[in-house]
Amino acid sequence: MKDDKKMGQINHHLTDQLLIGYAAGTLPEAFGLVVATHVSLCDECRARLGGFEAVGGCLMDECADSAVGSDALQATLALIARGPQEPVKLPRNGADTVFPAPLRDYAGSDLSAINWRRLGGGVRHARLATSDAATVRLLHIPAGTRLPDHGHRGNEMTLVLQGAFRDETVRFARGDIEIADQNMHHTPVAEQGEACICLAATDAPLKFSGLIQRIAQPFLRI
Amino acid sequence: MLTGTLDHDTTDARLPDRAQAPNRVRAGTGAYQTTMDHPTPDPDWAAHLGRVHSQRDQSAFAALFAHFAPRVKGFLIRSGASDTLAEECTQEVMATVWHKAHLFDGTRAGVSTWIFTIARNKRIDALRKQRRPEPEDVIWGPEEQPDQTDVLALQQETEKLGQALASLPEKQRLLIERAYFADLSHSEIAEETGLPLGTIKSRIRLALERLRHAMQ
Repeated sequence: MKDDKKMGQINHHLTDQLLIGYAAGTLPEAFGLVVATHVSLCDECRARLGGFEAVGGCLMDECADSAVGSDALQATLALIARGPQEPVKLPRNGADTVFPAPLRDYAGSDLSAINWRRLGGGVRHARLATSDAATVRLLHIPAGTRLPDHGHRGNEMTLVLQGAFRDETVRFARGDIEIADQNMHHTPVAEQGEACICLAATDAPLKFSGLIQRIAQPFLRI
Repeated sequence: MLTGTLDHDTTDARLPDRAQAPNRVRAGTGAYQTTMDHPTPDPDWAAHLGRVHSQRDQSAFAALFAHFAPRVKGFLIRSGASDTLAEECTQEVMATVWHKAHLFDGTRAGVSTWIFTIARNKRIDALRKQRRPEPEDVIWGPEEQPDQTDVLALQQETEKLGQALASLPEKQRLLIERAYFADLSHSEIAEETGLPLGTIKSRIRLALERLRHAMQ
């Protein structure tokens, strides 16, 4: 299992639509966090993102019709002389933790820093603070446990950070992304072994089938 | 490459707008060939950026500014910024280009790509006012010098990409532009253009296939 986590090959990737949204800067923050976290783990999607950013560069190249003010260069040089507006950040790269760097910016250094809330059936969650357009949370699913059956009113993307889950016959392990839309009902089951930790974003509240979860939902802020 | 693109257009007839595609491509191709008849040699922007980094060279920066500042401003205006806000943000973007010139790596991105990402980040900060999750940085080996052959190869690929974009049928190019410029999700584009979401997705997908085809 441990080897699998380190050597694991990523089989489920981001869609073009999500990568374009990230490249263009139009995704809600919650989805942007999942994309940035996946790209940190996946060289293939990092390369595809580079391609979509190059498309953005080419499109910007064709926008030469907005003249800047005649004093713009002087004003910019004066701005430069005042020094960087924000400190130039040091490069961040992988630490030996379950959380890649973009997630550490939101959730703290590692799992021990998480303030979990119960979700029922042994499953716990912790919502991370982002803009309102969509929500993102960490999920902790004990090994062998089934996530409560839920459908979606909107889109949901789930990134595995530790352990693995199966949805029907498909297996998702560290780095894999599952993308679900409102037509999909799914019941992910965490594999035996270690607990499954996921990062999940959605642009609408989840729609649980179980009565208890439905009643509890408004109070738990799921 | 152009012949290949045309063949691709006429042989694949799965999508509804295909009947019009050859004409549109020919129109696009014509425009592209006109520019090829009068080529304006693009200065080596990577070298300019290198001089900004290593020598704090103001004349190299002025040349970069003259070329890129109107483009950054145009991008911001198309994204919904007022002229005043776009002007102010453009100056901040170009100041960031100066301060971060040492982070530019010509083996990983062209200069226009790199400046686009700075402009995009500024747009998120200024127009959307939300935090901006960024991927981890790839750390290369100790003091590896960028290989000039790689830099050149990437520049050529980026030029090819620009040509491929220019030769897309207009409908597809417009939808791609909308996805990048306007701060709209696909469903919002659907409301505005009256096209069903499925059509928009398939047009964008088709445009991407054409781009990939043209890049091969």
